[in-house]
Formats: sequence, structure tokens, C-alpha cells
Amino acid sequence: MKTLKLLTGRALFALAVLALLLYTIFPFYIAVATSFGAGTGEHVYTPAYFDLRNYLSVFKEQPFFHNILNSALVSFATVAISLLIAVTASYALARVHFRGRTLLLLTVLGVSMFPQVAVLSGMFELIRMLGLYNSLGSLILSYTVFSLPFSVWILTTFMRGIPKDLEEAAIVDGATPWQIITRIFMPVLWPALVTTGLLAFIGAWNEFMFAITFILSNENRTVPVAISMISGDSQYELPWGPVMAASVVVTVPLIALVLIFQRKIVEGLTAGAVKG
Amino acid sequence: MDTSSIGAQGTKTAAKAPALPRLDASAGRAKAEQSGLSRQRIRTAWLFLTPMMIGLAFVAGWPLLRTIYLGFTDATLSNIDSYSFVGFENYLVYDNGHWYGLLADSLWWKSVWNTLYITLFSVSIETVLGVLVALILHAKFPGRGLVRAAILIPWAIPTVVSAKMWGWMLHDQFGVINDLFMTLHIISEPIAWTVNPDTVLGTIVAVDVWKTTPFMALLTLAALQMLPKDCYEAARVDGIHPIRVFFKVTLPLIKPALVVAVVFRLLDALRIFDLVYILTSNSEDTIVMSVYARQALIDFQQIGYGSAASTLLFLMVFGLTLLYIFATRLKLDGSGDH
Repeated sequence: MKTLKLLTGRALFALAVLALLLYTIFPFYIAVATSFGAGTGEHVYTPAYFDLRNYLSVFKEQPFFHNILNSALVSFATVAISLLIAVTASYALARVHFRGRTLLLLTVLGVSMFPQVAVLSGMFELIRMLGLYNSLGSLILSYTVFSLPFSVWILTTFMRGIPKDLEEAAIVDGATPWQIITRIFMPVLWPALVTTGLLAFIGAWNEFMFAITFILSNENRTVPVAISMISGDSQYELPWGPVMAASVVVTVPLIALVLIFQRKIVEGLTAGAVKG
Repeated sequence: MDTSSIGAQGTKTAAKAPALPRLDASAGRAKAEQSGLSRQRIRTAWLFLTPMMIGLAFVAGWPLLRTIYLGFTDATLSNIDSYSFVGFENYLVYDNGHWYGLLADSLWWKSVWNTLYITLFSVSIETVLGVLVALILHAKFPGRGLVRAAILIPWAIPTVVSAKMWGWMLHDQFGVINDLFMTLHIISEPIAWTVNPDTVLGTIVAVDVWKTTPFMALLTLAALQMLPKDCYEAARVDGIHPIRVFFKVTLPLIKPALVVAVVFRLLDALRIFDLVYILTSNSEDTIVMSVYARQALIDFQQIGYGSAASTLLFLMVFGLTLLYIFATRLKLDGSGDH
């Protein structure tokens, strides 16, 4: 009797795990299958062919290769600049005691709750003033600043965790703060940098509202906007094959990153939130 | 993951020691020299903070102030250099026997209602689901690492892509959802999920839940892994039912982490844009505050009116967040400093 109960428990648990896997993976599977012709005729759930016609058509009919380059450029620039600014800022916030520190941290956190649309008209003005309208610079500028709050927040949490002895010894030896950061903290901090950089990268790669507002021409667009603008011959019917092919192309690198750095990402998310 | 969190917790207490006395270790140094050193450190600290503060002030603070200001003007895209101050006219004005302005626009109120509806249902469903998923992942079973990686997939997929993907799956003629539901006899005929006014809001909630449950699950899982094991041992020895243990022991212990995770999700849900914009474009049935404001700003080029709508959205996010923080007595100094 007891073993029976145990067995049903195990079976139910396995069923729950299976349902969970199906729930998370099935939609992406359908996207991949559709990029190979599923959803037409008899093939509802399975690919209809295994050639790359939908993939080729995406790259042929719009500057999709350009769009990918734009997204990569904007994302890497955002990560590099925001990490540089965030590392120095969070060193000051985590390691130096000064008046107004808590207030400053709260302000930084406050910025992360701005709805994007709330700064849209002001930002539009600023970007036109700086002559950045319809250029990737507008996106690098806005993404960098909007990724700063959580970068600073996560890095500050990590830096608090570094033992003091190292730094004290360096101070006694007369090291400058910049030397402390580059020589002593960097080697310990790089896992946190990978985490923060990944989150900033994913944020920049996926952003949509600024990208659709500040960029006008097709060649300068980033991939989320490019995908949103793929249209077919008729106004009412999207070419689903190519749309899904494009979706798969921009998502596969992200999924690869997530699977490789799974642990790091989870660490970053929890450092940013659980300890709050 | 759990060990690193616990490690960081441990040093939290160590970080409480004040900054100055620790230099006393190098005995014999004059006090004057010490305070000089710390003053220099503080100067460097401000120097290090300057780029961040300039960035936040010019690219976040200034645009926000401009948006609030523009909300009180009649600016449009064509008169962007020569607009005039109109007071509260964008918000509410009485003219010729009629009320005009945002607060008199039924579409605005519809967008407010839709936003609140989506936020409320999406955040509560994904919190429950997230905790369930976290409990599953907290158990030890073969392939756990793989499953944990798999649930990150919906989180990593760009919102635009997940909106397109679900838009296709929910297609009234060729979508797999209709096919699946009809095979399982859940529905008798195809439903146009993203068009039908009765189903469209629920559909948006469902897609949002799919995308954001991983976030909740992972944050909850991290909290679960930090719990002390001994009270569970005690409960098991006493033969208390697992469900009772969950509600009496686990839930109260992970509540602080849940509260923070919910704040993050609330902020995100209130400003929802991409999903609604892609899945249902300009449908009035699903209009949310961000879509309404952006439509006024960009599509209708009414900078003043759109800015007023943006300002109201900002005030609402701000107000609801403060309310939530006070209601849950959440400590946001978060820096581990106090």
C-alpha cells in the first residue's frame, strides 16, 4: 500500500515536470517548425520541408543582415559603456562611506521604475538636440543609461561581498582607488561582470519602444523592430514562415547564451532582487 | 548558487564595521593623516559617481522633467519650437458645455482599466505558478539542471518574438491552439483569440504569464534554497502534512523574497507595451496606458497631450509602488547597510 502511494506520487511528479517542459518549450518548437513550413496544409505540428527557403527570403527581402549587425553593435556598446560606468560607481557606493549614500542608491533604484513612455517626449527632444535622431547613437545612449540602475545595483551587492582585508592591505601600501578596482577587484569581480553584462546585453537586444521611435530608416533598425515590420503581400496575412525564421535567428543566440551562462544569470537576478 | 548567496549574507554583517577604525590596524599613524586619507577617498568616490550621475540626470531625469512640462503645453510635432503654456487643458478643460482632455476621454479610462486588469491578473497568476514551479525545481530529480535551464527560455526570448510566436499559435484558422483545443474538445469551433473582445485581454494575460513565470520561479527558487533545513526535519519527524508545512513554514519564510519579486513584476506589468502593441496593434479593446500615450505622441503627433498621458502613467506607477511598499512594509534600503 505504501509503495503504491509512493509510486503514484512519483508518477504525478514526473507528469508535472513533463507538463512544465511542454509549457516552456512547445511555443518555441512551433516557431522552429513553422520556419520549416509547419502550419500549412496537413502539417500542423511538424515541418513540411527541410530547406532554408524562409530563412533565405528573410535575408533577401529586407536588410536583415544589417539589422542583426545593428543590434549586435548597439548591444555590445551598451554593455561596454554601462559596465565601465557601473563598476566605478558601485565601487564608490559599496566601499566608501559618505553622506547621502543611501539616498543615492534609492534614486538609482527609482530610475529603474521609470516607464519608458514617460521619458519618450523629453528623450525625443534631447536626441534631436544632439543630432542623434535616426542613428544608432540614440539607442546606445538611451540603453546605456537605462541599464545603469540594475547594473549598479547588482555590482554594488557583489562588491559588498568582497572581503575587506585585500583592499585594506592595498590602501596601506598606498594604492589609488583606480588601482584597487583594476588590480584587486577585477579578478574577483569578473563573474559578477559577466552576469551584469549578460543582463544588459539581453535588455538591449530585446528593447522595442525606443528602437521603433528613434530610428526611421530600414537599414538602421534593430532586429525586434525589423521583425515587427515584416509584412506580406496582403495587409491581413503575415508571411508566417519568414516571420518565424527571423524570430528563430534572433532568438537562438540568446537561448545559447542563457543555457551556457544559466547559473550566472540566476545569480545576477537574485542578487538584484532577493537581497532587496 | 545557494552557497554564494549565503556567503554574501555572511559578509553583510562584516560590512557593518565603520570605515575609519579599521585603519587603526596599522597602528601608530596619526589621526590627522587618517581623516585626510578618508577625505581623499570620499573625493574619489564622488569622482567615480560623476559619470553615472551625469548620465542619469541628463538622459533620465531631464527628459522626465521635460515630459511633465510639455504636458502643460499645446506642443505638437509641427510647432515643437513655438508652443505655449496651457495649464491643465490637456488634463481637463470645460469648453462650450463639454468637458475635454485626458480625464474626460473614455478611451483613456479604458486604457487605465485594461492596464490594471492585465497587471492584477498577470502578476497574481504568475506568482502562484512561479511558486509551484519553484517547488518542483527545489525537489531533487534526475535532469533537474536541464529543466531549470529550459524554463529560462521564455524569459530570454525577446517580447516581440514571443508576441509574434503566440500571435501565430493563436491564429484563428491555422493556429495550433485552436487545433489542440478542438481535438481535446475544450472548444467546439475556432476562436479568434486576439480579435474577439471577450477573449483578447485574457489572451494577453496568458502570454504575459508564459513569458514572466520563469522570473518569479527563479527568484522563489533562490529564496527556497536559502531556507534552513532543520525546521523541515522537525516537521517531518512530527509527521506534519507537507501542504501544512508549506503554508505554516515555507510561505512565511520566503515571503520577503516574494514581495520584492512582485514589486519588480508590478513595475514591469504597469508599463506593458511591446506585447500589446504587437499582438493586437491598435485595437481599442486592449489599449493600455503606454500604448495610448505613445499613440498620442508619435502617431497623432500631439506632444503636449501625449506628455500629459505619460505623466499620469508615471504618477500612477510611482503612487502604486509607494502604496505597495508601505502596505508590505518592504525595506528598500536594500544595501545591506542597516
